Amino acid sequence: MSRTPPISVIGSTALALALVATGCGSSGPGMSEDNLQVWALEEAAVNDVLQASMDSYNEGAEVESELITFVNDAYKQRLQVALGSPNAPDVFFNWGGGNLGEYVDQGQVFNMTTALDENPEFRDSFLPSVLDVARIEDGYYGVPMLGMQPVVLFTNNAVLEESGLEAPQTYDDLLNAVEVLQEDEVTPIVLPGAQGWTQLMWLSYLVERIGGPDVFQAVVDGEEGAWEHPAMIEAMEKCQELVDAGAFGPNFASIDYDGGGASAMLANGDAAMFLMGSWDLSQQQENAPEFASGGDLGYVPFPVVEGGDGEEGAVVGNPSNYFSINNDSLNHDAAVDFLVETVTSDEYVNGLIDAGQVPAVEGIEDQLADSDYADFAVFTHGMVSEAPSFTQSWDQAIPPAAAEALLTNLQLLFLSETTPEDFAADMESYL
Amino acid sequence: MRSSATERPGFVWVAPALLFFGLFGLGPVVIVLYLSMTAWSGLGSPEWVGLDNWVRLGNDDQVRSSLGITMFLTVLCWATQTPMALAFGSWAAGTQKSRAVVSSIFFLPLLLSTAAIALLWKAILEPHYGLPGQIGPLIGFGGNILGDSTLALYAIAFIVLWQFLPFHMLLYQAAARQVPKSLYEAAELDGASPIQRFLRITVPQLRHTIIASSVLMIVGSMTYFETVLLLTGGGPGNATEILPLYMYTQGFVSFEMGYASAIAVVLVVLGTGLSLLVVRATGYSRMTSQREGI
Repeated sequence: MSRTPPISVIGSTALALALVATGCGSSGPGMSEDNLQVWALEEAAVNDVLQASMDSYNEGAEVESELITFVNDAYKQRLQVALGSPNAPDVFFNWGGGNLGEYVDQGQVFNMTTALDENPEFRDSFLPSVLDVARIEDGYYGVPMLGMQPVVLFTNNAVLEESGLEAPQTYDDLLNAVEVLQEDEVTPIVLPGAQGWTQLMWLSYLVERIGGPDVFQAVVDGEEGAWEHPAMIEAMEKCQELVDAGAFGPNFASIDYDGGGASAMLANGDAAMFLMGSWDLSQQQENAPEFASGGDLGYVPFPVVEGGDGEEGAVVGNPSNYFSINNDSLNHDAAVDFLVETVTSDEYVNGLIDAGQVPAVEGIEDQLADSDYADFAVFTHGMVSEAPSFTQSWDQAIPPAAAEALLTNLQLLFLSETTPEDFAADMESYL
Repeated sequence: MRSSATERPGFVWVAPALLFFGLFGLGPVVIVLYLSMTAWSGLGSPEWVGLDNWVRLGNDDQVRSSLGITMFLTVLCWATQTPMALAFGSWAAGTQKSRAVVSSIFFLPLLLSTAAIALLWKAILEPHYGLPGQIGPLIGFGGNILGDSTLALYAIAFIVLWQFLPFHMLLYQAAARQVPKSLYEAAELDGASPIQRFLRITVPQLRHTIIASSVLMIVGSMTYFETVLLLTGGGPGNATEILPLYMYTQGFVSFEMGYASAIAVVLVVLGTGLSLLVVRATGYSRMTSQREGI
């Protein structure tokens, strides 16, 4: 006779417990008046730079700052639960845009507009297009604190040359290259399509080129019909056109970025082009140093679509990461002082550059030109500082539920399991 | 008959277990039931919305599709694991040294964590640098496995099989060794072939093990999701979005804890219901020992 509770009850409750556990408050030190808690992501090289700057700051400061780091995956959940509790940080790392907007809507974030106006020199040292990502409605709620990560088109120039091609300047160049490269039995473009955010890069750049930044801004603003804008539909059709033309090869849906297979395909010459965030350069330096520094690795801005309304220099990607101040913090003034003294200080900015980052700060071309990967750093900095607009990765700019639906729809679009019209109609329900 | 009041342990004896179960078993279920009637992003306090989440659940196509995928995967896993575990387990029950060596090698996946197994297979199935890239061209196969809506599901079933087969094999091996030798000796005298002995003696004698192992498999497939999360993340598109994974994405990616809780309640009911059904249908609750002389 089974008198013990069925195993199922134990199993399912463990699951239920997991759901609730994060809601039951988290441990960790609480807020206090004589201590400034700074939360950031764990990233060895960058953490050291930040810690060093914080140590210098602490020497003269009344309120001591303390750095606490978290691994990437757990961070958003941890922060979500901690904000509004007594265990919240004073200064916290975030992605700006829609992610930050959620916290602002809940009244959790300190409005820094006045503080920035009082420190104009500090405010003006940031690249405006990057600082703007932390502007929610009319207030500034954060400042950039890490390098910029625009999306660029990486190329394997040896492969392109072999087929008598150059890096594409226009969409038609791209289509032509796709055809030629296939004849030469090379995957024209590697796309790690197991992850929807890689496909998002194609859609958002195409929308940017065809319709300009206002098309996606309408989505952010929640305007009805934003997803059904003609430029949006045309961009989706072009994505499918590329798939049908064989641009991404037959296996793209199985390729995963995190496994490193996609970057390896470009480095090994199995693919000619790769649209990816600037962070892929460090991946190449780590795993294929000969390719990265041997001169075959090229990078160009995303091709222009002829007849499109977008400006050719417009950029898509992750503008930066941001430090924001918790509205419940007992130390607003000290937190502002900390940010003003730290994130644009020479020590911090030079530290970031040495760690391979390209900070979103004006007038650092000389330092960048002396850095280890000068060419790419100068290219990235130039591209962003001259950009008329810098559209944040869409999945970070819109609320999480809509972002999740967007990424699923993108996978279906590239698999030809949905049409641009159905895609748009589904996304309309999230506005 | 002796008085049970003096012989049996009293309520106090079960109190610690009950307390533990109440705190970590029943408590969370009650809280999740409450959360399923709220809207909560994890920020601030849950807001009471009554049955909104349940209405949405009823109209959500993805829930239906996820439920279908979960069922399909459950049946597929059960139907592949049970016969293989039964056959291998009975085989491994033999006392030959060679069998012991082969079985212990076979048990290796038991030592690996689910996450490690999922990442390992993800690397193995990489279309260009994994096995498909090496073997595919030889047999004219392109290598697109995890990116194919149908193949991805079979790949998951296969990996689950690879991971859990040794465990169920162990159950059958232990049970098969308990089958009285005299039964086989009698059958042999009557001229039964090895196959007849397996079908007529081993399988009926392992009936209770088959039930126990099936309950574990069926209920297990309701709750595990790490393999799917790490291997395909529910993709391509939503081809492998099993219900537990859908609950996770709603709760911890979309931050809709209320709706995720409603899905969690469905999972609790489904898991409990299924295991009760299996236990009832197979007469496990009326279980009597089949062992000789006991």
